[in-house]
Amino acid sequence: MSTEIADKNRDEFDIEILNTVGKPFIDKPEDIKMATRDCDVFYGDKQAIFGVDLDIGKNEIIAMIGPSGCGKSTYLRALNRMNDTIEICRVSGSLTLDGQDIYSKKQDPVLLRARVGMVFQKPNPFPKSIYDNVAYGARLHGLVSNKADLDDLVEASLTKAGLFKEVKDNLQKPGTGLSGGQQQRLCIARTIAVDPEVILMDEPTSALDPIATAIIEELMDELRHNYTIAIVTHSMQQAARISQRTAYFHLGKLVEVNATNDVFTNPEHQLTENYITGRFG
Amino acid sequence: MENGDHILQSYDQELEEIRSKALEMGGLVEKQVSNALQAVLERDVELGEHVASSDADINELEVEIDEECASIIARRQPAAGDLRLLLSIIKITTDLERIGDEAEQIGLYASQLGNHVSNQGMSAQLRHLGELAHSLLKLALDAFARMDDEQAMDVAKKSRRVSREFDDLSRILITHMMDDTRNIKNALRVIWCARAFERIGNHSTNICEFVIYRVKGKDIRHTSLKKIRKKLYPETLKDKKSDDE
Repeated sequence: MSTEIADKNRDEFDIEILNTVGKPFIDKPEDIKMATRDCDVFYGDKQAIFGVDLDIGKNEIIAMIGPSGCGKSTYLRALNRMNDTIEICRVSGSLTLDGQDIYSKKQDPVLLRARVGMVFQKPNPFPKSIYDNVAYGARLHGLVSNKADLDDLVEASLTKAGLFKEVKDNLQKPGTGLSGGQQQRLCIARTIAVDPEVILMDEPTSALDPIATAIIEELMDELRHNYTIAIVTHSMQQAARISQRTAYFHLGKLVEVNATNDVFTNPEHQLTENYITGRFG
Repeated sequence: MENGDHILQSYDQELEEIRSKALEMGGLVEKQVSNALQAVLERDVELGEHVASSDADINELEVEIDEECASIIARRQPAAGDLRLLLSIIKITTDLERIGDEAEQIGLYASQLGNHVSNQGMSAQLRHLGELAHSLLKLALDAFARMDDEQAMDVAKKSRRVSREFDDLSRILITHMMDDTRNIKNALRVIWCARAFERIGNHSTNICEFVIYRVKGKDIRHTSLKKIRKKLYPETLKDKKSDDE
């Protein structure tokens, strides 16, 4: 059934995008953190993602751009099985983390999400203290055995997220009382606290002012040395500023993947060119 | 790849305005070179003086175009083809301005050369060189106006003749100066004119390099023609082989 729907939808698809152009694959297998092959995502009968083949490299920031409804967020959410929470959503194809199938029956989605963390568009701290927000995941996964270790973990996570200095005297105050930019850094600290390998970010700065955005972008650049980051953004300037590779999605297909520098100076595909220069597609 | 319109119409208008100004500047520069060539070949002192004092409009346009490019970069953050268009216009107008300066110099030498009788071979050779440089400039501007990268490649190829013509003229001039030392003063003026024409040819080649950059997205400066063909026009390698040889 699923292949039939896929074939039907493919036939109706604009033939312009036959294959992804550019460099969706990474040469050295040891540099690959996550990989998807022929990844389709369906919402009921409607196919949202069409056969995406892409490697995500270790310690890189890969930006996913494209017009609304192009499937970039859907694809991102497939990478840590966030779509499992949507009943009619179905994912097919191969999706791997360090070569292991993340959709295998043996894979516990909660453990997967600890390894592949996510930061959302709107800062969503729990209605708890700053301390408890960061400690939440560590407690859930039993990562620490005593209070002193937990204190250290909270401090280290907040420091990595560039927030510790600003909140160190107010750790027991509610996380929701922080400014938008601080809340988003708190969410990043919460994600980092469970020691993930990959951080997915879905428009993490679209609700923030330019200063808070710059602080988060600076933070991402530092985090890149320890984590792999995949970010969905509507801001092309943001993609250009922070990522090493850029993936352009259009109508559920991955149109082009190239080094960010090449995408923004000399894109290979006309659709990419049209999108990043603000032309009618 | 040619592009459709921007969603923001004012962006299209601004880019078009800059492009037209660059073309207008190209037109003025071409006229200066054409007049300078005529002045020096026909020993027209008045025209030479006119050329030597008509550079202001070109300089003004250069400044205006630079300002408008800076404004678009600041306000619109151009990317891809738009970015390459602006970068190539900034570069091309610099070359155009320098061509304008060379024409000004030629005008000046033409007015100084006056009606001095000159060696026939020297005149013919200077005519060859000047006409070649002028034609390269016209072709380069035409390639820019139409964003025709293939024509730009042709100009790049033809431009190699400029150096040869310059060398030939130098030899004639050296003989001319050795014949009679009284010739030296004017022979030097002629050689300076020739040097200016040679530079006009080189600047025209630069213009073509930026046309190719705009169209193909690859910077081909300081690259041999053969390598450019291999990289950007592999299909022409076979048929053009005979041209190169």
